[in-house]
Amino acid sequence: MDHTHYYHAPDLARFPEVGKGAPELWEKFLAWYGAVFAEGALTAREKALIALAVSHTVQCPYCIDAYTTASLEHGSNEEQMTEAIHVAAAIRGGASLVHGMQMRNHLERLGM
Amino acid sequence: MRVLPTLQKQRHPLASGTAQRRRLADLPLARSFEVALDGAGLFPLIATGIEVLQINVGRKCNQTCRHCHVDAGPDRTEMMPPDVVEACLRVLAETAIPTLDVTGGAPELHPDFRAIVERATALGRRVIDRCNLTVTRLPNYRWIPPFLAEQRVEVTASLPYFQSRQTDAQRGEGVFEESVEALRELNALGYGRPGSGLVLNLVTNPVGAFLPPDQRAAERDWKRELARRHGIVFDRLFTLTNMPISRFLEHLEEKGQTEAYLARLVHGFNPAAAGGVMCRSTLSVAWDGTLYDCDFNQMLDLPLAPGQPHSIRDFDPARLGARPIALGPHCFGCTAGAGSSCGGAVA
Repeated sequence: MDHTHYYHAPDLARFPEVGKGAPELWEKFLAWYGAVFAEGALTAREKALIALAVSHTVQCPYCIDAYTTASLEHGSNEEQMTEAIHVAAAIRGGASLVHGMQMRNHLERLGM
Repeated sequence: MRVLPTLQKQRHPLASGTAQRRRLADLPLARSFEVALDGAGLFPLIATGIEVLQINVGRKCNQTCRHCHVDAGPDRTEMMPPDVVEACLRVLAETAIPTLDVTGGAPELHPDFRAIVERATALGRRVIDRCNLTVTRLPNYRWIPPFLAEQRVEVTASLPYFQSRQTDAQRGEGVFEESVEALRELNALGYGRPGSGLVLNLVTNPVGAFLPPDQRAAERDWKRELARRHGIVFDRLFTLTNMPISRFLEHLEEKGQTEAYLARLVHGFNPAAAGGVMCRSTLSVAWDGTLYDCDFNQMLDLPLAPGQPHSIRDFDPARLGARPIALGPHCFGCTAGAGSSCGGAVA
């Protein structure tokens, strides 16, 4: 088993092993996770695209692999998937910029 | 339209069905297909009858699609000889098998295609033509669409996506544009139009190593987008899984994805899909008359179970209609997710 580096692609398939330490919590997580991604007010395809975008924001390579596949398997195409990650990037970039107000407020406090 | 040499022409090791089976057998799968079926109470898998006689009339095709399980292409020469054609039509005449499914290659390139269709239609059978669409744009084959309409043949046409980039990536540069022209002509003849009785179904295979989308959701998207972009209408969309066979297997090998793709298929095993697999109600005939459980087993040279008739010349409806199906790891391709068959999802 390769433990010499972080983020090892085959570990995605071993995700259920995380449940070993707390099986009841794992079962609850799985049930909730399944319900979240079921077809509802949003389609399963829309949810997969949201998950893909969020995966980029939380910078989880396992999630990016999983939801790239899931988006394709729900019928999304490369253009739609790329637009989704631009939405994530825009919010991330915008979130940095909107903190500029914090900077400006402090500037006002310190300045003359 | 760009075509590539077939695996056979390249003398590629995976041109042989036996070599493909060996490669698949070497993969470390979580469980065998037999064990998965047994868990679903379906082993041994037994045919439920013969509803469809699927004849593969030849491996010649004007395209060389990346996912083709037949390794069809312009350089293939196998063609069903007249005596095998006669044997197939005799079986149809002497039984009540309701459907003749004509496939290839591009089946329309067979010199007796017209006669096969006319005679099966005259017997009152439902005839399906598995059409690649672009064959109807070839100069000597412009007769195909009006002929199919006149014979009221059901057209099942391949189109992986409603955009050109994905379609051409799988089927060859320029295929999408020609396919759209062919679909427009079929629509003009009444195909896919409500009330015409002329059935036009589309088939989509994923453009890559992933499972197809939900058939109903995809059909909704396809109908909206093909109508909006190209004014095209059709009846149903069938979603098919890419089988880890022949050119798609070679593609997986080249990308280092064979094991991951098979794992995806095994993980996606769906007992509901397993119960409805097409091999239980279909009999596949090769160009040389050899019988198989399905077109995939045919390409893998995986023969019928021992004791079954070998050739269409020895057709025995009682034995063949209740035969045990020959299985392999590739069968996971028909049972993953919503399942996959020549008629699309099965669960």
